[in-house]
Amino acid sequence: MFSGAALGAGVLIVAVLFAVAMFLVIQALPTFSAAPADITGGKGFVSYIFPIVVGTLIAAAIALVIATPIGVAVALYISHYAPRNMARGLGYVVDLLAAIPSVIYGAWGATFLASQLKVPYQWLADNAGWIPIFGGPASGTGKTILTAGIVLAVMVLPIIASLTREIFLQTPMLHQEAALALGATRWEMIRMAVLPFARGGIISAVMLGLGRALGETMAVALVLSSGPMIASLIRSGNQTIAAEIALNFPEAFGLRLNELIAAGLVLFLITLLVNMVARWIISRHKEFSGAN
Amino acid sequence: MVRNPQTPIEEVNRVKALHIGRVAAVLTVGALALTACGTDNAVTPGNGGSSTSAAAGASVTGTLTGTGATSISAAMDAWKAGFESANSGATVQYSPEGSGAGRKALIAGAVQFAGSDAYMKDAELASAKAKCGAAGAIDVPWYISPIAVAFNVPGVKDLKLDADTIAKIFRGDIKNWNDAAIKASNPSVTLPNLAITPVHRSDNSGTTDNFTDYLAQAAKSVWTDAKSGDWPAALPGENAKGTSGVVKTVTQTAGAITYADDSAVTDALGKVELKVGDSYVPVTAEAAAKAVDQAKPVAGRSANDLSLKLDRTTTVAGAYPAVLVSYAVFCGSYPDAKTVDLVKAFGHYAVSDAGQQAAVSAAKSAPLSAALAAKAKAAIDSITVAAK
Repeated sequence: MFSGAALGAGVLIVAVLFAVAMFLVIQALPTFSAAPADITGGKGFVSYIFPIVVGTLIAAAIALVIATPIGVAVALYISHYAPRNMARGLGYVVDLLAAIPSVIYGAWGATFLASQLKVPYQWLADNAGWIPIFGGPASGTGKTILTAGIVLAVMVLPIIASLTREIFLQTPMLHQEAALALGATRWEMIRMAVLPFARGGIISAVMLGLGRALGETMAVALVLSSGPMIASLIRSGNQTIAAEIALNFPEAFGLRLNELIAAGLVLFLITLLVNMVARWIISRHKEFSGAN
Repeated sequence: MVRNPQTPIEEVNRVKALHIGRVAAVLTVGALALTACGTDNAVTPGNGGSSTSAAAGASVTGTLTGTGATSISAAMDAWKAGFESANSGATVQYSPEGSGAGRKALIAGAVQFAGSDAYMKDAELASAKAKCGAAGAIDVPWYISPIAVAFNVPGVKDLKLDADTIAKIFRGDIKNWNDAAIKASNPSVTLPNLAITPVHRSDNSGTTDNFTDYLAQAAKSVWTDAKSGDWPAALPGENAKGTSGVVKTVTQTAGAITYADDSAVTDALGKVELKVGDSYVPVTAEAAAKAVDQAKPVAGRSANDLSLKLDRTTTVAGAYPAVLVSYAVFCGSYPDAKTVDLVKAFGHYAVSDAGQQAAVSAAKSAPLSAALAAKAKAAIDSITVAAK
């Protein structure tokens, strides 16, 4: 009976996923058959969605570049360095970061973080303006894709930290003691026994964080001052798919609605692709499972 | 430090601590989740409004559901409070999801009334006949609000600008506050050397629709884009979500300027006086009402549809042309008498003196003129029970 229930649950999940995919495809179809001049922007769906896809990937990339090293470092500290009592408390605090609603993060980013970052952005524009990503006159309000990326990093951090913490705690004691017995320092032991064992787990944690960063809607919609795709990270501009849908959906009508759902379909496919790549990467490292 | 193997005592303590910790974590997360639930702040009925309620006869009962424009949120709270205190068995629910969402919901039959900053398009009126009967839907203006052009320039609270200058500022052609064009109409004001940061709405909005309509009509040579609820894509710049978003952004950014519903603009920001004819008109409720009085009905609509086409180039002294008229969209007929009574009672209350005064004190809106209110009441009276 349990196997039947488990099978039922599995089938249900696949069925729901399939139903969502079908909804997206059916609602998005009119967009692909419409004349290019009717699509927002007047040049067809690809030229409409491409800048937004790039914006989504940029924001997610910024979030991961910031959150991954910090998350792994926090997890390592909690699992191997911190005194036992403090480790538990620290773990709960980091997990609580995940409990904060994303709207709150958006409000914090828009009102506090953006105004604090105005001065650093101006400094970057003055001193590093020759690098394209720091180019041009800095945004007067600080509400740029970089600010949105930083807010996303804070939101993704607890996911990466708590998952990698659990992985680190599961490192075989045998390997750790063996390394120490051979005279390794604590850091060398971590490098030799913990990190290689946890590599697959770190990648899955990062992929889960990436999934959240790609789909995060309200925080980006509130923080980002959207606009056309630009290379500079410190000027207003760029847009993510989720924020585009959230801002325009209530007023969308007819073909515009189909366009937005087509954008949602594109995001769905990107997330699917990212997850498949992650699974493939993890499967390549399966040989080192700790038993050998 | 490698975790040491557990002695039995340590194991017991560890399990105990884990158990307590788990409970603590669940309680903390639960407490946080509960703080996210909140009820709307109850608004006390406007002074003197409820005792002289215009709702005639016996009070109505039932639940009235509507959705739509966010611009009328403050007024809707006042109307809810006044109507519910006069009709103890009645409840009004309104969720501000956007004018387009409201009109869509009404057409789909999901709500009984919609709030919309734009009157129903012809295509929408045709679709509305499916759920609203042969009479279709009717637009009844019930909220007039001036759109303030608010700015954050230290030391300056008031500027006189004509439509061309405002259009150039929002297009980025005028880049600094000490520009000659701004100084020309404000000779006595000391303007700092500060870059101008125009801020617009990132979401589709009735405020944007009305403001771009004003610029397109009054500054034709400079503002070459058509009026639209979306800011022109060719003019990228700072933007924020919602009225509160743009006001917050401007309050935090020296040199920023935006357009927003006057009720949301705080005293921390300065406001622009618009040039009308040869004089400058500050943003006030009376000036907004005067501008609406100059409006003409939209052609090709039924007699009960009071959609208005506003003349933004009016030269009538004391009229403020950047004004937003928000409509209640009702069905021409409803399936049962109870809904009809409820809708009519609420509609009558909202456009009555009592309702309009409540809206004025809650939202700083402009009350409907007597003539417009009378027409609105007549239109609401035309709502009937659908023939079976």
